Amino acid sequence: MLGVTVRRLAAALPTLVGVVIVTFLLTRALPGDPAAYFAGPAATQQAIAEIRAKLGLDQPLPVQFLDYVQDLLRGDLGLSITTGQPVLHELTTRLPASAELTLLGLLFAGSVGITLGVLAALKQNSWLDNLCRVVATLGVSLPTFFTGLLLIYVFYYLLGWAPAPLGRLDAFASPPPHVTGFYLIDSLLAGDLETFRSALAQIVLPAITLGIFAVAPIARITRGSMLAVMGSDFIRAARGHGLSGRTVVVAYALRNALLPVVTTLGMVFSFLLGANVLVEKVFAWPGIGSYAVEALIASDYAPVQGFVMTMGVLYVLLNLMIDLLYQVIDPRVRLEA
Amino acid sequence: MPHPKTDRRTLLKSGAGAAALSAVGIRNAEAQSRRETLLLISENPPNSTDIHGVGANRPAYEASWNLYDRLMTFGVKKDAAGNEMYDYNSLKPELAEEWNLTPTSVTFKLRRDAKFQDGTPVTAQDVKWSFDRAVTVGGFPTFQMRAGSLEKPEQFVAVDDHTFRIDFLRADKLTMPDLAVPVPVVINSGLAKRNATAQDPWAMDWLRSNPAGSGAYRLERWVPGQEMVFIRNEAWTQGPKPSLARVIWRIVPQSGNRRALLERGDADISFDLPPKDFQELQNARRLKIVSTPVENALQYIGMNCQKPPFNNVKVRQAVAFAVPYERIMEQALFGQGVPMFGGPADPAKIEWPQPGPFRTDLERAKALLTEAGYPNGFETKLSFALGLATINEPISLALAENLSRIGIRATINKVPGANWRNELLKKEMPLITNTFGGWLNYPDYFFYWAYHGQDAVFNTMSYKNPAMDALIDRSRFAASQGDYEAAVKGFVKLAWEDVPRIPLFQPYLNVAMQQSIQGYRYWFHRQLDYRTLSKTA
Repeated sequence: MLGVTVRRLAAALPTLVGVVIVTFLLTRALPGDPAAYFAGPAATQQAIAEIRAKLGLDQPLPVQFLDYVQDLLRGDLGLSITTGQPVLHELTTRLPASAELTLLGLLFAGSVGITLGVLAALKQNSWLDNLCRVVATLGVSLPTFFTGLLLIYVFYYLLGWAPAPLGRLDAFASPPPHVTGFYLIDSLLAGDLETFRSALAQIVLPAITLGIFAVAPIARITRGSMLAVMGSDFIRAARGHGLSGRTVVVAYALRNALLPVVTTLGMVFSFLLGANVLVEKVFAWPGIGSYAVEALIASDYAPVQGFVMTMGVLYVLLNLMIDLLYQVIDPRVRLEA
Repeated sequence: MPHPKTDRRTLLKSGAGAAALSAVGIRNAEAQSRRETLLLISENPPNSTDIHGVGANRPAYEASWNLYDRLMTFGVKKDAAGNEMYDYNSLKPELAEEWNLTPTSVTFKLRRDAKFQDGTPVTAQDVKWSFDRAVTVGGFPTFQMRAGSLEKPEQFVAVDDHTFRIDFLRADKLTMPDLAVPVPVVINSGLAKRNATAQDPWAMDWLRSNPAGSGAYRLERWVPGQEMVFIRNEAWTQGPKPSLARVIWRIVPQSGNRRALLERGDADISFDLPPKDFQELQNARRLKIVSTPVENALQYIGMNCQKPPFNNVKVRQAVAFAVPYERIMEQALFGQGVPMFGGPADPAKIEWPQPGPFRTDLERAKALLTEAGYPNGFETKLSFALGLATINEPISLALAENLSRIGIRATINKVPGANWRNELLKKEMPLITNTFGGWLNYPDYFFYWAYHGQDAVFNTMSYKNPAMDALIDRSRFAASQGDYEAAVKGFVKLAWEDVPRIPLFQPYLNVAMQQSIQGYRYWFHRQLDYRTLSKTA
């Protein structure tokens, strides 16, 4: 497995080089002029020229690119002009926020989606199956920001069950000591149940918002895959041998049906990680998605490049992980690099 | 009433006592009663604590305003509605105890007890270093200093530790008020210099996130893009002791959530709500809403005077009579502004902004357009900044609809934030709606930037008329009040005749707060001054 991992990582290198070049060119092709933006509303042409020189944007593109690559090799992703912080630092502090939210959202989507999918397959064309269809369709068709606002309106504004949508912690709590960057884990490690409760209360609504969106693909794939497996010979054989319904479904059918579901989960995860921008906006969640969008609006090149790089690396790692997971689920799968 | 959460925490802490050491300090601060803590929410995060920094944004001005002191500040008065606002006509001591103004210079005596937040005394050398920095680093601070004829380091003289003199380049009525705007902060020069480098002699990098001032509030924590936390500087003596011990400033990007937080009582104060929300909150009366017309500010429709068809004054007049003024006030603004239309053709007063002589009259507009040689109208593009779409979009839609009635077909062009400035600088957009306000409250200051043929970026119409320039120049350095008033009335009248920009309304600065919040004061910089705020039970 180690050999496979190394070979796969090596094969990802050209992809990453491509990502570096494309993001560099794309950010430069943006219509905005960062110098004009950062010179402020009162800027003269001369002031803008000064700032352009200060940012190194007066250099020809190849020179800018070389500078960029050199910095990159030194692990320097540059400075965000909008927040005034090093991009690497901000990405590393914001990535756990996004990852924690996405993982929890996925956990929600996975448990609801797989359960619904299995039930729908077992009781095909029953009211349960139809419910599954309705829930899945609604989840996909409602835009996440709408679901988010709706949940906030009902559970925070009207009922007062959820805490104020103020990000990862309520305004009067302070972050737990940094270990993993996941507040839920860090607060437990610190033995700080109060912070854990605050972090958990804060993450429930955004995670559900995100999860609702992802229920559909998971439920549909699970249902389809389960239907195919349930109709196959070995299930009939298992039933014929008098195994209990529970054993047949969980131990035989579900395990075999999981392979496409895991593929979908991987896709959904990477998709959610990038697509939770709106959820992050709505819940004031300090993740990398909202960071990238704000930078994009300001034509702030460095964070945009850093974000795309990070996402590129994440996708590569994620795909690798899913491939490795295949082997665990289905020993017949043999990976070739 | 103490916040229940805080109580629970206090109990928990005293009971357990075994919390991680690093957390104890923060916990203590946290236990502070909610009554001394202000939770402020806004849409955009500050990007710096250094107002001289490249690209420091408006929220950064607020951080700087509360973290630093200036030599002087403005007094206070009541506006027409009885709310407190800064008083443009009275300068008050802050770091300077007193000053002696002569026609060629001003000499400040600094407070002897003033200390920076690290305990070093504030000296005239610090003031000189800070002012030198403001006029040298370029960009916005240099520009703002120049507006008060503060241009060269040689003008700033540290006479002794507590005496500081500014030599004037010319007699300029804006020099003194310009010393009390947010830009001329006094920085701890010793501390800053220790963190400067050869490439960065003004410590721009370091000061961005490390405030080195003497202000009433210290920076406790800053998580860029998320929150900024201030605590009271207990050693501050430059004014009455502030009532709030702590200010937590959280960024909530979604406007609906900001409203929900205010209505549920979880947040204390916010500026950033759409006009419709302010109107509804005003009617609901649960929250305290303070609306102040923004001084010297105007939302307008600008037309490019250098290019056809808007280089024709008749076309511009036609548009001015086609604007659905009332509808804009109701549907775009929900009444949250002062109408600037339907006034007399001859300006009777020198106040600015004042209503222009236009009102909606489509027949007259049509006639003017025919006279101009466009009986069938023309196609054009109406642009606005996407970042201000809440107000600009309904204005543009209403305008485009009325323009189509006189034959002008305007497509709407939303320009994203980073690009807007760029587009303004290029001066190629034919038709825009935009807003402009000046910090220094003089009509001639407004006109100097917005109508003068020097063609500054704020003259978004590229309007050039030598007669206008002569009137503006005359008013800036007018010797007598009579001469000044004649010049101001002259250029306002000319602005109505040539109508390069059509005035729509003077915007309000609205702020929504809990009933328990006292001491809000309107400032020309439109940011919050924490020093005067307090919370009652």
